[in-house]
Amino acid sequence: MGLELKKCDVIVVGSGPAGLSCSIEAAGCGADVISIDENGRPGGQLFKQIHKFFGASQHRAGVRGFDIGLQLLEQVNKLGVNTLLNTVAYGIFGQKTVGIIKNEKIGMIQGKKILLATGAIENPVVFSGWTLPGVMGAGAAQTMINIHRVLPGKRFIILGSGNVGLIISYQLLQAGASVIAVLEAAPRIGGYQVHSSKIRRVGVPIFTSSSIKEVKGDKEVEEVVIVRLDDSWRPIKGTEKSLTADCVCIAGGLHPSIELAQMAGCDLRFFSELGGHLPIHNENMETTVDGIYVAGDTAGIEEASTAMEEGRLAGIDMAQKLGYLSQDKALRKKEGIRESLLALRSGPFGCLSHAAKSNILQAMKTKRGSKILF
Amino acid sequence: MKKKVNNTICRCEEISEQEIRDAIRKFNLRTVDAVKRLTRAGMGLCQGRTCTPLLTKIIAEETDKKVDELLPLSKRPPVRPVKVEFLAREGEQKLD
Repeated sequence: MGLELKKCDVIVVGSGPAGLSCSIEAAGCGADVISIDENGRPGGQLFKQIHKFFGASQHRAGVRGFDIGLQLLEQVNKLGVNTLLNTVAYGIFGQKTVGIIKNEKIGMIQGKKILLATGAIENPVVFSGWTLPGVMGAGAAQTMINIHRVLPGKRFIILGSGNVGLIISYQLLQAGASVIAVLEAAPRIGGYQVHSSKIRRVGVPIFTSSSIKEVKGDKEVEEVVIVRLDDSWRPIKGTEKSLTADCVCIAGGLHPSIELAQMAGCDLRFFSELGGHLPIHNENMETTVDGIYVAGDTAGIEEASTAMEEGRLAGIDMAQKLGYLSQDKALRKKEGIRESLLALRSGPFGCLSHAAKSNILQAMKTKRGSKILF
Repeated sequence: MKKKVNNTICRCEEISEQEIRDAIRKFNLRTVDAVKRLTRAGMGLCQGRTCTPLLTKIIAEETDKKVDELLPLSKRPPVRPVKVEFLAREGEQKLD
């Protein structure tokens, strides 16, 4: 066959915060890295994040998501990482080969190590009328307004008051839309207060213990019927209320995008705190398949800041195993990152991730005995 | 009493909730893969990217299982829509 096979040390699938951070660490140590992304621009979700990150300054608090993206891109470019954009990784095959499609041509890349950092997929929520044009994922609406500068509607209902739902509400207001209401099935607001306060201050109502009963419209969304829920999340009859809207954003959480990891034969486990099934991995982010790593949302839904640290861990471990970094230096670097991850995973939200991540490590140990310890 | 609703679950293949529930009951289906093969839900252009969590929830309800007891859809290439034309050209063209 005349099919060209490109070879390199490290293949990074997905050039979001995790993928870029891995590329920077591995290439920074001298590894030959090819990074792939299906989008026209690397950075993943970072360029949609026009809000400031918060937390500690070591985790770039106060910096806006897209600025973090620009910083990462600058480093990647400086290091000369080969970044293939508009490139789809359509499969993963034996001997660490990734099948790609670029410019309508098919190709194969073979790496010694592979990072799968393909992010996450939005969870759907079903109600009568959920397939009407105008009903979309909150992430989709965010891509439209912040990347493509297109406002998909005028009057929005947001379903879900997690951080995604709250942030998109605020950004829709900034983009000039009206947010009629935010609905939350649980009895209390899901996301950080700093985000909910922002939209409540400008008068957007957040209805807890509420959901969408039905979306009506002839060819697109025209009316949204909301309903109150009881303690068992069942609709309470007679509490229906009709709101006029032309767009519904579903912010029902995310689940890890694990297709390639599944195909590679990585062992999966279910962790509800981290979004569902995901490839179990060791403390260096390596899966049960030697040389195949995961990081970011693919390794469990968290945030960009943890994704970057996980990507770095993977990149450092790869560089060490490929002989580009001494064990001493690698250990020291990893230690710093683990401390940082521990800090990121503290607090009421973070501690749940921390507990789940510890269970992943435990699952790895029972899976492969002591092999993973060195 | 549950109100009779019949929402579309798999938009790519246009498979409704009722079709899925009927298939599960009629053929005693127990896995997401089996439901996919019998109903085509999750077999379309997006390869179940959207409907897999919904399918899983429905199967869990019908079979009295928890969603975490059900394995996700098995995956094989291509994981993204690929024109057969590109695959057919394999061997003729070189990558940039």
